[in-house]
Amino acid sequence: MSDFEPRLGVDLNGVRFANPVLTASGCFHYGREFEPYMDVSRLGGIIVKSLAIKPWPGHPPPRGAEVSSGMLNAIGLQNPGVSAFCDRDLPWLLDRGATVVASIVGNTVEEYIRVTDRLRNVPGISAIEVNISCPNLDDKSHMFSSSVDATSAVVRAVRRVATQPVFTKLSPDVTDIVAIAKAAVQGGTHGLSVINTALGMAVDTERFVPKLSTFTGGLSGPALKPLAIRCVYQVSRAFPDVPIIGQGGIWTGTDVAEFMLAGAWAVAVGTANFVEPTASIRILDEFRAYLVRHGVREASALRRMLKEG
Amino acid sequence: MTPRREGAWVGSAEVFAYRHASEPYHALTIVAPEVCAKASPGQFVAIRAPDDRSLLLRRAFSIHRVDRRPGWAGTLEIVFDIRGRGTEMLSKMRQHQPIDIMGPLGRPFRLPKEPTNCLLVGGGIGAAPLHFLAEELRGRGHRVDFLIGARTADHLLHPIEAKRMSLTVTFTTDDGSTGKRGVVTDVMPDAIAGTKTRVVYACGPIPMLRAVAHICARMKIPCQVAWEEVMACGFGACLVCAVPVRLSNDGDEDGWGWARCCTEGPVFSASRVHWERVEVPGAPAHATAGS
Repeated sequence: MSDFEPRLGVDLNGVRFANPVLTASGCFHYGREFEPYMDVSRLGGIIVKSLAIKPWPGHPPPRGAEVSSGMLNAIGLQNPGVSAFCDRDLPWLLDRGATVVASIVGNTVEEYIRVTDRLRNVPGISAIEVNISCPNLDDKSHMFSSSVDATSAVVRAVRRVATQPVFTKLSPDVTDIVAIAKAAVQGGTHGLSVINTALGMAVDTERFVPKLSTFTGGLSGPALKPLAIRCVYQVSRAFPDVPIIGQGGIWTGTDVAEFMLAGAWAVAVGTANFVEPTASIRILDEFRAYLVRHGVREASALRRMLKEG
Repeated sequence: MTPRREGAWVGSAEVFAYRHASEPYHALTIVAPEVCAKASPGQFVAIRAPDDRSLLLRRAFSIHRVDRRPGWAGTLEIVFDIRGRGTEMLSKMRQHQPIDIMGPLGRPFRLPKEPTNCLLVGGGIGAAPLHFLAEELRGRGHRVDFLIGARTADHLLHPIEAKRMSLTVTFTTDDGSTGKRGVVTDVMPDAIAGTKTRVVYACGPIPMLRAVAHICARMKIPCQVAWEEVMACGFGACLVCAVPVRLSNDGDEDGWGWARCCTEGPVFSASRVHWERVEVPGAPAHATAGS
């Protein structure tokens, strides 16, 4: 195969990224910690840690536990609030040339609306990712993402206020992810982030206690990848025109290819960033080499290249 | 643009020596000149377990000793006990094997400006960073005294070396097999009085740190504690290693927040820690779904 420069840029129905490798929310904080190790402008985009209308403290420790090929976390969506982000972190990210996607959370539909309102017309936000995988106080102890009605209600509310394209981040902990995706699409979502962590648990068998302060927490890392690939595949087959940002355990360039062959338009790297601060750049370089090796001239073409009999 | 921040060194280093002087402690000496050049006492390195794709996260180890003689490539030493599969694999590493290391990480102990009497209080494996600290303090003309406690004589970390590095050493063991029977804080007020201690540095289990901080507050002696908390990344990105700290010193109960042990610690001023909000590991707070 002769050497050529593959086209890495992707266009998610108007949301353009210079390449398909983004970093996942909660796994890149607000970027600064990675500056010593990489040029953050090389990333397709940074989906920042979820932002609430006011600061959230998060859960007490222990907040993390290692499991086979992955980790569990119970950070509890600790964040400084959307205003602090806009004042302090966003200018830095833009100064560094980063492409920014703002992930948002709320306990109620009203809180989602208020965060979205704070982001209205804020320059430099390429898209909003609605994290609906947090506890829903309107609907006691359930996540928005586990209910068709709650999903479509929150997406519709955010869409009404947002001036940027809206992506909805789905949880795998549902009976039928396509039904939830449909609710988000009907609510007017521009695209989907597939998937968030899956709820897991680990026990310390020496001390007879759960390993997380909250007992259960989000499973991430390569352990999650087959589940994520399956979800991306199912959702992309149901909604071929709705852009999907695939995420869940991406560790190598071939993992990116796997997600895109399953139907993702772009991907986001999560837990790998914690182990190797330059992981996302390495993964991007490996993905480019993969495209060259397979003679694929355009990254976005992969999405239609899965042989299905 | 503001200048880029300097980060830790990340890469493949080489194991120089493995040492297992006695149960339960294992030691690895690692050739890592770039890490050693920048390392200060209290900082840590984050190391990946070798040859196992299922253990992904780095493990944090405080730097036990650094050797940076002119003309030699700098080496650093970590000590650990076996707590799981990762540390078990690290205990099987031998000379010349490559080891994936990131460091130095975290904020170091702050050293006194004027020559001062320093008491170093360590519990079990927690004594590890105090050896590096003792060397550095002695080199700057400070008086160093050690107070080291452990479950049994075997759990006292490198006691001979501690003796060599300090003017006096006091040992305590839970079972009385060496030194005084009891815990470090039983003898700490006497040790402080006897050595005319002006600064206390402590590292060990949280209940010990809490008791040490309490005594220091009562005796009005500045105290720094090196914290141990579960970590995932080690450089401030994941927010796993949360430590409750006071946001101000006005005693306002609501004025607290989580600090990141890895970047804002692992060394904290004991007066900054919000002790009322520190939970003893193994006593989960509440049972709600995480995120």
